[in-house]
Amino acid sequence: MTDNAVLNVSGLTRRFNGTGGISDVTLRVAAGERVALLGHNGAGKSTLMKAVLGLLPVDRGSTSIAGHALGSAEARAAVAYLPEAVAFHPALTGREQLRLFAKLAQVPRKEADDLLDRVGLADAADRRIGTYSKGMRQRLGMAQVFLGKPALALLDEPTSGLDPIARHDLYALIDALAAEGTGVMIASHALTEIEARTDRIAILRQGQVVADAPLSELFARAQLPIRIRLEAPGDASALFERFGGHRINGARVEFSVTADNKMARLAEVTALGTAVRDLEIIPPSLETLYRHYSQQGEPS
Amino acid sequence: MSPGRVLAIAETEFRILRRNRWLFIATALLSVFALALTISGASTSGALGVDLLTISVASMTTLAVYLVPLVALLMSFEAIAGDAERGSLALLLTYPVSRGTLLLGKFVAHVAGLAIAVVIGFGLTGVVAFAMGGAGPESGLALLRLMAGSILLGAAFLAFGYVVSGFSRSVAAAAGGAGFVWLILVVLYDLVLLAMVIWDNGGAFSRQVFPWVLAANPADALRLFSVTASTEQALATGMGAAANALPQGVALLSLLLWPVAGLMLARLVFGRRVP
Repeated sequence: MTDNAVLNVSGLTRRFNGTGGISDVTLRVAAGERVALLGHNGAGKSTLMKAVLGLLPVDRGSTSIAGHALGSAEARAAVAYLPEAVAFHPALTGREQLRLFAKLAQVPRKEADDLLDRVGLADAADRRIGTYSKGMRQRLGMAQVFLGKPALALLDEPTSGLDPIARHDLYALIDALAAEGTGVMIASHALTEIEARTDRIAILRQGQVVADAPLSELFARAQLPIRIRLEAPGDASALFERFGGHRINGARVEFSVTADNKMARLAEVTALGTAVRDLEIIPPSLETLYRHYSQQGEPS
Repeated sequence: MSPGRVLAIAETEFRILRRNRWLFIATALLSVFALALTISGASTSGALGVDLLTISVASMTTLAVYLVPLVALLMSFEAIAGDAERGSLALLLTYPVSRGTLLLGKFVAHVAGLAIAVVIGFGLTGVVAFAMGGAGPESGLALLRLMAGSILLGAAFLAFGYVVSGFSRSVAAAAGGAGFVWLILVVLYDLVLLAMVIWDNGGAFSRQVFPWVLAANPADALRLFSVTASTEQALATGMGAAANALPQGVALLSLLLWPVAGLMLARLVFGRRVP
């Protein structure tokens, strides 16, 4: 993982007067890896991205992109960016806008035209961006990310405000990007979609990385309770006395287990035979996990 | 700063100027006002003993002093704040494009747009005056001077627009700032100078300082530059006294320096801005 790191951030610090900013952030993204960057508003996600892009001077720390120092021409050429809710000039057409980016990146214009096809904007390419839907604008934004085959792509809230179908389309593009070997970092609030679409999750809280691991590992480490819901054929009093927890209505009982004693408790349940009519296991949600890491050690 | 990238930005900006009809509006605005002044001036030219175009160049100079800065500011106030508000400024700057390249590209496109509006708008008047038999080589030259001076004045106010845009957090704030700059430099500046001249009552200020202060403002520099063309022009505008008190070329120098100084200031302001 060390040798094919396309982003290597170490000890990066940028404080703003008073609040905000990031402090001592260390992160790594490998080629072809999809990393989700989670955090509340103001947790430092955009600051981190802008610092890595060289748009924001940093106080301390080092960053290298595809082995090149931040600020070098090589590093600049190796990184692509999709800002949050970018709106291009409404008077230009999608093709004109993408061709401008191609010209600035010194990529053949043919590549820009091919990319419009690829993101599904072929029919709308010669219409003004002002007539585009939000999903189409984001797809145009993704098209410019693909330009010049970047080693690293930073996507800031790429799916915010999109409908489920547009969101799905966008993630298909992100997957394709990663499959081509680009390391992708996605800042997001949309927790549910992160689950299936990323290899690793980094959580920022007040400018610091409080978690950075694959999802399964984060769950294991957090030791979040797993809830088990039982339904009795008649009255659930016997089940309630046995397992505790709380009663939902006359016939149902819900209680929590940990990852360690889950199997033992389940064996107890199955041993009861027909005294249990139905069983439901509710794993901790991503929201719970996120809340666990993003609120750890906070006074409230 | 590569010429290819400057040109790519300029091409796109010019397209935007055309698409959002600014080019058409600016040209139409200047044409209509210039033609109206010429036709209304047709009745007085005989009485003053000068040809029609001389009169209309004098009137158009006053027009240009007000209108050209306004048109220039309207073209440029959105340049930086608009891209920032759309989120495309941060994106553009992650490409291998410097802030200087971006600014210069926009400037090239906007100056080209302004030049087209000025040449067509004021040129139309020249054609009309010529057709009516009211133009000669001398007044034709005065018209060319006015055109060149107007383009330089516009270039200065384009740069001022970028400065305002670079400072502004939003497009709305930039629009307000641009209006303020226009009011100060084009309207209030002259009023204050007028008040001082009256108060001074022909003293040292009026004779020695006033002409220089006048030339320091690009809008007034256009008045001075335009009247020094001929004594007839000086008579028609009443700016002769101030123009004569200055060494030759001061007004032109002011018109040439302001666009450069303005662009440098805009680059400085832009450079301090974090997208």
